[in-house]
Amino acid sequence: MNVVMQGISKAFGPVRVLEQVDFAIAGGEIHALMGENGAGKSTLMKILSGVYRSDAGSIVIDGKPVDIRSTRQAEACGIAIIHQELNLIPQLSVMENLFLGREPSRFGVIDSACMRREAQAQLASLGAGNIDPEAEAGSLSIGQQQMVEIAKALAMDARLLIMDEPTAALTEREIDTLFGLMQALKARGVAIVYVSHRMEEIFRICDKISVLRDGRFVGERVIARTDFDEVVHMMVGREIGDRFPRRTVQPGAVRLQVDGLADEHHVRDISFAVRAGEVLGVAGLMGAGRSEILKTLFGLNRRTAGTVLLDGEAVSLHSPGAAIAAGLAFVTEDRKSQGLVLGMSLRENATLVHLPQYARLGVVSDAAEQQAVAGLIEQLRIRTRDAELEVKSLSGGNQQKVVFAKWLAQPPKVLLLDEPTRGVDVGGKAEIYHIINQLAAAGVAIVMVSSELPEVMAMSNRILVIHEGRQTGLFEAAEATQEGIMAAATGTAHAA
Amino acid sequence: MTPKQKATLQKLGPFIALVLVSVGLAVLSPDFLTVANLLNVMRQVSINALIAFGMTLVILLGGIDLSVGSILALSSVGIATLIQSGVNPMLATLLGVIGGGVMGLLNGLVVSKGKVAPFIATLASMTILRGLALVVSGGSPITGFNSDLFSMLGGGYVAGLVPIPVVWMLIMFGLFAFLLKKTVFGRHVYATGGNEEAARLSGVKVDQIKLWVYTVSGAMSAMAGVVLTSRLNSAQPTAGSGYELDAIAAVVLGGTSLTGGRGWIFGTLMGALLIGVLNNGLNLLGVSSFYQQVIKGVVILLAVLIDRSGKK
Repeated sequence: MNVVMQGISKAFGPVRVLEQVDFAIAGGEIHALMGENGAGKSTLMKILSGVYRSDAGSIVIDGKPVDIRSTRQAEACGIAIIHQELNLIPQLSVMENLFLGREPSRFGVIDSACMRREAQAQLASLGAGNIDPEAEAGSLSIGQQQMVEIAKALAMDARLLIMDEPTAALTEREIDTLFGLMQALKARGVAIVYVSHRMEEIFRICDKISVLRDGRFVGERVIARTDFDEVVHMMVGREIGDRFPRRTVQPGAVRLQVDGLADEHHVRDISFAVRAGEVLGVAGLMGAGRSEILKTLFGLNRRTAGTVLLDGEAVSLHSPGAAIAAGLAFVTEDRKSQGLVLGMSLRENATLVHLPQYARLGVVSDAAEQQAVAGLIEQLRIRTRDAELEVKSLSGGNQQKVVFAKWLAQPPKVLLLDEPTRGVDVGGKAEIYHIINQLAAAGVAIVMVSSELPEVMAMSNRILVIHEGRQTGLFEAAEATQEGIMAAATGTAHAA
Repeated sequence: MTPKQKATLQKLGPFIALVLVSVGLAVLSPDFLTVANLLNVMRQVSINALIAFGMTLVILLGGIDLSVGSILALSSVGIATLIQSGVNPMLATLLGVIGGGVMGLLNGLVVSKGKVAPFIATLASMTILRGLALVVSGGSPITGFNSDLFSMLGGGYVAGLVPIPVVWMLIMFGLFAFLLKKTVFGRHVYATGGNEEAARLSGVKVDQIKLWVYTVSGAMSAMAGVVLTSRLNSAQPTAGSGYELDAIAAVVLGGTSLTGGRGWIFGTLMGALLIGVLNNGLNLLGVSSFYQQVIKGVVILLAVLIDRSGKK
């Protein structure tokens, strides 16, 4: 099917989110939609899938103008959206989810046998026959849940699939499976809109790319005839310099030394040292235990073996409070559930960790707090009109900077980073890399877990690779290759 | 209207509702708008307000405390028993309030260390403590304390005009407002209620915050018990049943979110006053007590519905 959106405009109150945007996609095409956070990608897709109505512009499907007024109508037109946060009901079984709202029934009694049969057939046709239709949806891995969502969309005859950051929570292997499925759907003539920040993936799987910037359509390119630099330039509208800014600082003395670390789950025998001014990258597959290492160091998970030396002295780090007192800081993986209190203001979030510093006898001094926050906003270049705004009103990149701000009110000795640029757009990423480099230059020892290999390879001095809770490689970044790291991460090689 | 102005108006909703209801009652009944009557309303409100202040902290944490009425009863009965066995009334009062705090602390322990849902934990302690109040008192009221000082606590007046319970209420209001707005503790209460995981990861001692908050709620309930016992010159093991619902209603009317992290103490005071004014006004108008319940319920529902629609 051919979908053409033309001259789409949308405003929320006085804020113009989309202005005269064009977008076209044909059946059998995987089309990337890119743009920085706030560029209008999701609004455009919400208009296409019937969540919002556009103020102006037209949508034409297979030559016929359509007026999509609700998600139900979009479904009838064959348009389905797979959200980043999956929408399955975890307590219901796979087949109950698949047939939710259109259960096969006789006199109001559900025909389970029929439901099971059809669910099985649909999953098998997607190469996901290993998923048990009677399993609880919540017990499946994220990748499997996504398969079920896709099956659900196809069961409703979707011919245009919109996928919003589908790989954000997938393992490498699951991504491969997903891409295989996308290729198969493409061969069947399904059109796929692929919304993502991950450039490597877009260049791997997509045919075309459309770029939005500040609510306007910048251009469309054929993937084979463009490159990273052009796309980045289209997105940010200026040169951002290097994608990964250089760091010139020479690592100093060892700040953090970890020997034989183990936790109560599957982390065993982890040993490494990080110097002042050094970034130690930690690579590995999803679920390998990378985040658990950070959590154990930070006193969230119980350490069952091993010693930790900070500036040469043994520290116990039995709770987050103790870890913070010892000079550790932890930028967590998921800023919405772990990093920020979304209902609180930027100011209140930024001072959450070191609030007692601005207080006497437990009473907070407004002046001292506001002054400190103003300093952090300046230092981290957080873009906001007002420190009193709720933190959830900020863009992803600025929210992530607030998470950094929490820890920088008092310079840490060791900074633990877990996926520091997840969900942050290209421009925001470059700024966060700058912040990391500044901190390294100030003598902070940094441990950075990341699933984006190019990021790990470019930002680290050395790279520790984890496989099933154990370290399987430690590379000098200059000598590391993607293949070498992946081999260690999948446990198929034992590098030095 | 800018979003900020709208937010302010939203916050003042409970206050505006109170003013509107008061104006209405003033028009309908000549007896309503007199100094004596208004002070009388405030005195009636004070017991609920004291409990509701503590409840506000609990609800800000995303919890609930159903045991407040039972804590009130057990500490009342305890104080009365102590006084009658010859303990200095002021010392007995102090011990009673501390005892209420300890009962709250136990709630906090079950919730934070035992990881039991607050509704269940305090439902259990509500029943246990009510039972203990009946055991201690032998099931009948304990009456007669022969202490002028003790009867002042709930029945006295400042300058012959302002009831002492009203003074307690206003002092506690100021203290709680300060605590929530100005202290590290208050900020940590909001943070824990808003996102417990993020608060813990930021080094906030979440379990300690919970222990303190339930302790405070228990102590406030005991304080309400002191006022009630002193005023009636009698401690009753069945006192305070259903008070948890009045307190929760005041907190919710004041705009504090039951999911935690959002709310303020001024709203709770307004909520408690609104309930008190309604009670008083309907009495003055001679509305039957059966209909009073219907009207109160409808007002609570309306207030929360209006609050909701404003947030969308």
